[in-house]
Amino acid sequence: MARVVIMGGGVSGHTAATFSKKWLGDEHEVVVVTPNSQWNWIPSNIWVGVGQMQKKDVVFPLAPVYEKAGIVYKQALAKAIHPNGKESSDKPFIVIESTKKDSLGQTEELEYDYLINATGPKLNFDATPGLGNGKGQMGTNTVSVCTAEHAIHANLELKQVFEKAKKAKENGTGEKQKILVGTGHGMCTCQGAAFEYIFNIEHEAKKAGVRDMLDIKWISNEAFLGDFGMGGLHMKVGGYAVSSKLFAESLYAERNVEWIIGAHTSKVEDGKIEYELLDGTKHEETFDFAMLIPPFSGVGFKAYDKDGSDITDVLFAPNGFMKVDAKYDAGAYENWKASDWPSTYQNPSFSNIFACGIAFAPPHLISKPMTSPNGTAINPTPPRTGMPAGIIGKAVAHSVCDMIKKGKDAHLHEASMAEMGAACVASAGKGILDGSAAAMTVYPVVPDFEKYPGTGRDTDYTFGEIGLAGHWIKHILHHMFIWKAKLKPGWTFIPE
Amino acid sequence: MKKKEEENFALNEQFNLTMIPGSFARKMRTCKIWQFFRFIVINIKMLIVVSKSH
Ligand SMILES: Cc1cc2nc3c(=O)[nH]c(=O)nc-3n(C[C@H](O)[C@H](O)[C@H](O)COP(=O)(O)OP(=O)(O)OC[C@H]3O[C@@H](n4cnc5c(N)ncnc54)[C@H](O)[C@@H]3O)c2cc1C
Repeated sequence: MARVVIMGGGVSGHTAATFSKKWLGDEHEVVVVTPNSQWNWIPSNIWVGVGQMQKKDVVFPLAPVYEKAGIVYKQALAKAIHPNGKESSDKPFIVIESTKKDSLGQTEELEYDYLINATGPKLNFDATPGLGNGKGQMGTNTVSVCTAEHAIHANLELKQVFEKAKKAKENGTGEKQKILVGTGHGMCTCQGAAFEYIFNIEHEAKKAGVRDMLDIKWISNEAFLGDFGMGGLHMKVGGYAVSSKLFAESLYAERNVEWIIGAHTSKVEDGKIEYELLDGTKHEETFDFAMLIPPFSGVGFKAYDKDGSDITDVLFAPNGFMKVDAKYDAGAYENWKASDWPSTYQNPSFSNIFACGIAFAPPHLISKPMTSPNGTAINPTPPRTGMPAGIIGKAVAHSVCDMIKKGKDAHLHEASMAEMGAACVASAGKGILDGSAAAMTVYPVVPDFEKYPGTGRDTDYTFGEIGLAGHWIKHILHHMFIWKAKLKPGWTFIPE
Repeated sequence: MKKKEEENFALNEQFNLTMIPGSFARKMRTCKIWQFFRFIVINIKMLIVVSKSH
């Protein structure tokens, strides 16, 4: 009997775990180590953050789902990997620390035959002074929608700002509330989430009758609006192939949202941020309410050899993400190729270790690297959204299952982001009859300028459109993915 | 003739240099019949990309 251990039960890890169990059956053991007792459909946190959904709508308890599936569930944080075992045993293992109330902090050694790292990102608030609390958590100056709890808090703060705006309108003082949404550092990813949040706020403000009392501003590390960490995309519209820049700018102008781009948020204080622009100039911006996405890093694993020596740098890149079969020495932007991107997600040093979703170390950025004259890097890091995270999780599970069933030399399944598309629906306001969302597809996610000279992508399969239909799709996807994650009948037919 | 949907062009330089949808384009975005048709089209397009990616 082989044991597959999956660290992280988010989008990618949950997909890997559930498919591993389905394909391996009861002959082998599948174990998930993840710290939260509840699974969260993260994209819908946006709607929790504007009070249009409650926490219970976006989470469900994991234990009954894993029990039904026959997956062993450890509510714990994985802390360290010992890929060569220890002096008394060759068996590889990880060290986990319980996050369950009744056994909080207790550690355990968990042996594995195959290890899948799907731990997603660490929300690195402390990378920007004042964004974090200095202890690894979000600070008190801004809000976040990255977790369901954060989103509940964001909504409470937002409602207070709406209340003040309403009072100012009633009193006729004309004092506007300033809302700032975007990225909290020059090396952030996940601009899409901030994009959704700012337009959902704008939509809710209109519904609440306070839109005219709000100044809503976007701040981001993108060199141009619509970059989204993917170097932007080109879509065919009205016979033209058009940059996403034009469409993004159009939406911001239509909804009266000003933008600051090419910005590294360097410091956050109560009601004020400092930022540096790509031209090296430094500025300040004040706010009454700010939601700034933190930069991401790996979750901070340690790895040890048999003799206890630290081999973290063998398994992990300096940013804490796990090394896989990517070309990490591609060098300057001019040398970057689509083939630099990993396809099997196997660790180059240990063939029984894989990483999927946000946990793998990308070879380099997708967007063009940019630095200010002061040497500050200001560019989005590569996004790994839900669809790629799910597809990669499934491909990795397939490889591991084949290695168990057919032998260690089994052919590995491939899922390169340079050969994979992504469908993404970005909400711009919730409402069955008055909502809207930007429905987008890109193919491939990582542009391939050798295959598609000019735009790097196949414009027959790269498109974007905003409207009510997009909102309907987003709403249906919410229910579909929660249905799938709960392993309800037909779950395997719902694509990642 | 006053066109409300064009007013934002004048708000600042950023807005002035981009495109802003007119009233017809805006109406179509929430027109139920048109959006139902777009719903089908977008779903088909997405399914094609999804099937090319698995
Ligand atoms: C607000 C928001 C909105 C978004 N909207 C969209 C969207 O509309 N569409 C889209 O495609 N994508 C969206 N994304 C991105 C999407 O959520 C991610 O791409 C996806 O969650 C990545 O999956 P993952 O499994 O790699 O990471 P996660 O889903 O973050 O899962 C990682 C898991 O690992 C666990 N973990 C962390 N540390 C450890 C440890 N030490 N040991 C064990 N477990 C650990 C975590 O608790 C978590 O359960 C959004 C993201 C955010 C923040």
